Order: sequence, then structure tokens, then C-alpha cells
Amino acid sequence: MEMMRKERIDRGVRVRTAGLYAISSWREMLYLMGPPLFLIIGMIVLPVILELAPYWKRVVNIVCVYTLLALAFDFLANFVGLVCLGGAFFVGIGGYLSAIFNVYLHFPVYLSIPLATIGGAVISTLLLMPALPLRGVYFAIVTLMYPLLATRVIEALNIFGGTNGIIGLDSLPNVYVEHYLIIIATLIFLYGLRRFVNQDMGLVIRGVKDNDQAVRASGISVTRMKAFAVFVASFMGCFAGAYISHMYSWAGNSLFALDFSIIPIASVVIGGGGTLLGAVVGSFILVPVSELLRNFGTFRIVIYCVILTGFIVFKSEGIMVYVMRKYHQFERWVKV
Amino acid sequence: MNDEIILSVQGISKTFGGLKALVDVGFDIKRGEVYGIIGPNGSGKTTLINCITGFIKPGAGRVSFKGRNITGWAPHKIAHIGISRTFQIMRPYYSLPAYKNLIIPLWSPRAKTVGGWRGGGKHGDRDTVAIDILEEIGFERDSRVPYKIASTLPTGYQKRLELARCIAMRPEIIFCDEVFSGLSMSEIAGMLPLIEKMKEEGITLIMVEHRLRELFRVADRVMALNFGEKIAEGESGVVIENKKVKEAYLGKEGV
Repeated sequence: MEMMRKERIDRGVRVRTAGLYAISSWREMLYLMGPPLFLIIGMIVLPVILELAPYWKRVVNIVCVYTLLALAFDFLANFVGLVCLGGAFFVGIGGYLSAIFNVYLHFPVYLSIPLATIGGAVISTLLLMPALPLRGVYFAIVTLMYPLLATRVIEALNIFGGTNGIIGLDSLPNVYVEHYLIIIATLIFLYGLRRFVNQDMGLVIRGVKDNDQAVRASGISVTRMKAFAVFVASFMGCFAGAYISHMYSWAGNSLFALDFSIIPIASVVIGGGGTLLGAVVGSFILVPVSELLRNFGTFRIVIYCVILTGFIVFKSEGIMVYVMRKYHQFERWVKV
Repeated sequence: MNDEIILSVQGISKTFGGLKALVDVGFDIKRGEVYGIIGPNGSGKTTLINCITGFIKPGAGRVSFKGRNITGWAPHKIAHIGISRTFQIMRPYYSLPAYKNLIIPLWSPRAKTVGGWRGGGKHGDRDTVAIDILEEIGFERDSRVPYKIASTLPTGYQKRLELARCIAMRPEIIFCDEVFSGLSMSEIAGMLPLIEKMKEEGITLIMVEHRLRELFRVADRVMALNFGEKIAEGESGVVIENKKVKEAYLGKEGV
């Protein structure tokens, strides 16, 4: 019997456009620039299109918030080797800090969001420092515990408005600022990260995931590299938190809710880990689904589980890994 | 070779639970020397390297590099002052192409300060430097080998990549943990000139090795370990004739 084997070969156009030189036709330019342009232009016109369905306009903001968290998770998990279960922690810290700056200290929005982003990233990084020199599950556990801890501390000490939260944050100047602030931030973080992981410093950080001993033996402090990566990730998370608290004009305990930790992870699983684009695609699927299922209440979780299990069983690599492979390569059957 | 003592190790001991991995091991190494460490499996060779390079904290003893006490320093600090090492179990940065593996040591603070002529520089420069180092160590520049993903390289190239990672640091001492093991005779024959070349460049080499024949061709002095204790030290011909060394390798009956 003849044995057949599937062979994957890079498409000609991919090979031609891989180098710096080679761009010689519109087709090749379209091949390279088409997908990012589609995403960027799509994201920018989306709020305009959704003028027809105002309810969904706000959903776009939420999608972007979850995208930022998913990007942070994907970056830490697939490029640094840290499994972060604490998206909610970053959101909570960023949200509460922004509320403190805005409501208690009367800083305007355009100061409170950046200050909360930077300050929150510093605080998160410092609090996570003890787990960084260790390998294994410690980082995951600590990030999972911190949001729970924060909720209880705020309740027990009745600080920052206790269970009611801090109310009366300034909302963003107008609805377009609200949309484009988060959309442009998402695009900047997405393409910034994609660029960063291929820079020299990004390679060092990826080296930590592959082989931290060799990085140590190269005279580089692994803990410092991890701390930097955590700073970058928590920067994105805290920005999302600060933004969301201003969007709702409210910062409360639900900023530390498990949703902010779990949905981004599910998005990365569905979208495809290690691609960064997968985080965007996953969030654009999961968050609207979650909105559609709002009427079902907690039954949503069941449907989530079905979707996730389906992906893990049938397409564990995720959508973007699959799509990118199809885009760059073709397959054919050959005799063994 | 001159008589300056570059690395001095005194009374290193280490126990893992009840197991005495190293007992009062000490030796001095001169600048520019090739020093071999031999011993049967489990005799504590790799543990000794780990203790000196900071990957394990020694239970007792003192390591000094150029007269400076470096006992118990963090591994990256020891690497930073010029003591580099390979790993017995090769683990390149799997997902990166071979030449990108060298970006990591070239990015390190040491390469920036000491390198001068090769390290540092803006993004892009490091790629060129990395390819130069790989060519020096036997990757054919014009072939596709330097651009292959590290995990797909043959063992011989992975071993060379380990050495290249050390050389990129511009170290003063390199600890080679069994760089010959798992290689074919012809691959070893290809590695020996590299060792000679590093020696000529004035790098001090400390080689832990099972392949005695090849080691004795390059080593100036050899130390033998057995059950964590130093049983012999001296020129290779003398050590191999030592009764204790023969016993350790062949058993009492064999002598």
C-alpha cells in the first residue's frame, strides 16, 4: 500500500516578500500590507458603522478592554513563560487608582488615566516581584490570589467606598474620544508588542522562556527581565482598568471580578497563543457572544465551556495559528 | 601561559540531604591554561561547576577569581565578571534561529562593556556580529545552517552553538561541561582546533570530560574526582597512571 504524507510548503509570494528587497508588485504589497491594513482600517471605521446599532458601540469598547488583557496574557504566557491568571488585578489596581486621582484628588481625566496606568504598573510589578525569581506555578497562584485579597481588604477596612465603590468619576469628554482612545491604544499595543518581541531585547525576553539558565549564564538577570515584562503587561492591564472606570464613572469591587482574568485567557486559547493577533480575534468572538447571551444569565458559562472545549478538542492551536498557516503555506499530499 | 592564578577554589563541600556530593575540593588555575576534570559518572564534576558558577550555593569553601571572593554570587553576576559556562544538557533557545541565539549574550551588559569591537551597537549590528562568531566556530556562513531554527540543528552544531554563546560574552574563563559527549569522532576532530584556538586567544578553559583520549590531547593539567573527593591532580600522563584513578574507573579487580 502506498503511504501518503501531507507536506507543507511556503507560498512563493511569502518567500519573495520575506526579505527587505523583493517588493516588486502590487500583489506582493497587498500580501504583506493587506491583513494589517484590514485590521487597522476595520477597527477605525467600526464605531462609525455601528452608529446604526448604538448598543453595540459600547461593546466595541469592552472588546478592546478584553483585547488589551488578552494581549497581556499572551505576551506573558507565550513569550516570557509566565502564566498570569490575574488580569483582574491589573484592571482593579488601574481602575481604583484612576478613581482616587480623579475623585479624591480632583485630577482631570487626561491626567488620571496616564497616572493610574504608570502608577498601577509600578505597584503591580512591585507586588508580583516576590514570585519572579521562582519557576513553576507560584506566579500563577499569586496573580490569582491578589484580586481576591484586594476585594476582601477593601470590604473589611471599608476604604475606597467599601462595597459601594467610588462613584462620580468624570466621564471622557465625548463618545468619540471614548471609542478612539481605547481603539488606538489597542492598535498601538498590538503592533508595538509584535515589533518588540522581534527586537534584540524582545529576543532576550523570549530566551527566558526557552532557557532561563542560559540567560543567567549570559550575565543577564532573569528576574529583572521578568520584572520588565510584567511591567509591560500590567501597564496594558492598568490602562484598561483606568479606562473602564472612567467609562462607567465608577470604580468598585467588580473590577477585581474573575471575568477579567478568565475571558482573556479563553480569548487567547480560541484566537491562538503566541500570535498576539489571536488575542484580538478571540476577544472579538467571545465578548460579543457573551453580550448576546446576557439574557441567559449564568447559563452563559455553560455555553462558554462548550465553545472552549470544542476548540481545545478540535482546533487546539487556535484560529490565528491556523489562518496564518493557510495564508503563508500550501499543503499537498506526497508519497512517502 | 603565565603563572598568575586566575581562579582559586578552596575546600568546596556540598551535601544533598545525606549524600556528600563534594568533599573539600580545591584547586588553582593559571591564566591561559587548559584544565581537565575527569571522574566516573556521579563523581560530582557538574556539581563542582555549578558551585563555582553560582548555579548552586556551595555548603562550604571559597571561590576567588583574580583574588576577589565570588563565593555564593548570583550566576549572572559571575558571568558578568568573565566566567562563562556551557551546559551538559544542551538547551539552545529552541524557537530562535541559530544566529539569533547569540543576540542574548551579545545584549548582556558584559558584551556591551567588554566587547567593544564586537558586542553592543544598534539593532542589526548584533546580527552581523553573531554571524561572524558563528563562522569562527564552524558554521558555514554561506550555507543555511546559521539561519536554521536551533532545535532542528544536528548535535554537533548545537554543541558549537553552546560554545559560541560563551565566546560571545568575551569571557576570561570558560567551563566546558562535556562538550565532546554525544559527538562522532569526526565531529570531535572538528572541535579540537576550536579548543586550541580559544587557548591561543588566551581564554582559560576548564573542561569536564568523559572522553579521556581527546581531553588529554588538549589539557595541560588534569584533576580526577571520585565520590566527590579529589583523588589526583597533575599532568595527564601522571594522573592516568595513578592507582586511585584506575580503581575509580575500572574497579579494584581491574587494576
